[in-house]
Amino acid sequence: MALVDTIRFPATFSGVRWSRIGRRWISPLVLLALWEVGSRTGVIPPRVLAAPSSVAVTFWGMVQSGELATNLAVSFGRVAAGLVIGVIAGSVLALIAGLSRLGEDAVDPPIQMLRTLPVLALSPLFIVWFGIDETPKVALIALAVTFPVYLNLFSGIRSVDPKLVEAARSFGVTGLELIRQVILPGALPSFLLGIRFALAVAVLVLVVAEQINAQAGLGYLINNARDFLRTDIIVVCLVIYAFLGLGADALVRAVETRALAWRPTFLKR
Amino acid sequence: MVAPAHRPIPGGPRSAASGGLSPGPAVKVEGFTRRFGQVVVLDGLDLEIARGEFVALLGRSGSGKTTLLRALAGLDSAEGQAVRTPAARAVVFQEPRLLPWKRVWRNVMLGLHTADAKYRAGASLAEVGLEQRADVWPATLSGGEAQRVALARALVREPQLLLLDEPFASLDALTRLKMHELVLALWRRHAPTVLIVTHDVDEAITLADRVLVLDGGRIAAEEQITLPRPREVDATFQAVRRRLLGHLGVDGHEPKAELVPFPAREIVS
Repeated sequence: MALVDTIRFPATFSGVRWSRIGRRWISPLVLLALWEVGSRTGVIPPRVLAAPSSVAVTFWGMVQSGELATNLAVSFGRVAAGLVIGVIAGSVLALIAGLSRLGEDAVDPPIQMLRTLPVLALSPLFIVWFGIDETPKVALIALAVTFPVYLNLFSGIRSVDPKLVEAARSFGVTGLELIRQVILPGALPSFLLGIRFALAVAVLVLVVAEQINAQAGLGYLINNARDFLRTDIIVVCLVIYAFLGLGADALVRAVETRALAWRPTFLKR
Repeated sequence: MVAPAHRPIPGGPRSAASGGLSPGPAVKVEGFTRRFGQVVVLDGLDLEIARGEFVALLGRSGSGKTTLLRALAGLDSAEGQAVRTPAARAVVFQEPRLLPWKRVWRNVMLGLHTADAKYRAGASLAEVGLEQRADVWPATLSGGEAQRVALARALVREPQLLLLDEPFASLDALTRLKMHELVLALWRRHAPTVLIVTHDVDEAITLADRVLVLDGGRIAAEEQITLPRPREVDATFQAVRRRLLGHLGVDGHEPKAELVPFPAREIVS
């Protein structure tokens, strides 16, 4: 509702908008304060949940020791490797299935069957196949990423307006040129939607994959902290997971604003 | 003024498309038949259009107007049938069908690979009065502007046959009048053979040298329009309109122009 107000009455109602935004921060801050009070008075013991203040202190300590940066880099590397492999695999499969009927009949049925599997259920099999070091973690992320990329790009290719394709053909645009100029740009919005799903699922699978005998990474930090009942470290890692998800989403939005600048929704801004 | 529907045409070369240098009419169709399943849409249709002639094709909904235009455009297979057109043809569709992810000038030069394509696109846009809008996204254009871009995109190919498929049907009346003037001006300058499919009788009479009525899968009637351009709705105009409406099965009443203050037009669909 606040958005609608600002679009229609940017000047007159800006005061209302800001007070509204300020108001929406009140309840989270009150909850945070109650949590702090609960911890200080002993209602919430530190072994159940660390106080926000001690979480903040721990966070700062982990930043200064470099512990956080090192482990974050390891986790980040796993996500990046899994994403690259999964996005490439999903895109190639979607192109094969999307651009030819033969390809669709060959590629689509097995993928539709496989995608019903919960990817995480494959982790025991992946450990048997790939051992317990980096490979099964990256492979799990890659596999999980492949499906949303495939499904969205495939449907994007197939839902390109046939009238545009026909018009382009009538102007002599065929073959590879047609794919490059018409079909791929037309499928781009769906592809980016697939990437957004892929990023979300990549972070999700990362959390579980890192529980597999990790020697470094955010999941390793959490496992270690659990053994020593360090709820402060666990909370720090949880917050970082949350920011990873937020950052991934912001990244795709930024790409969308640039790559889909032609869309009416972006033009209004 | 009503000419016989089926004129015998001596057998010409039976190729789908031939170069523009060969003598004879620009378009020659003999005994063209097109079925969709059990339904025979075009049934042994004969058609001849002279070089540089402006022909309008009228017909009720489902009479096969667009089917004929698509065959002439090469969008629909006319294999094994006697359909002869110039190789250089271009279509303006009912919807502009601009690629939304390409800026206006890139839409105009779509499929052109000559070194001067960009220059020609600019010149073509200038001809339709849109050189100022060359660099915007199609989504920011008004309906009339988008259709002018579509016209520029067709003209930039220097077609010998320009096919217009109800190009002004979704425009408002004022814009449509301006588009009529523009199309006539461009026709005079470039002298292509033009076939416009429309269901607006007044539009057909205003624009064309000859108006054809498609019915029962064949050219059922035709009117030679000898009125000097620009054409006013005078007694002759109204007489032609009455006859054409008769051919279209809208018999037994006077044109409703007196009841419609502005614009004075009759739409048969």
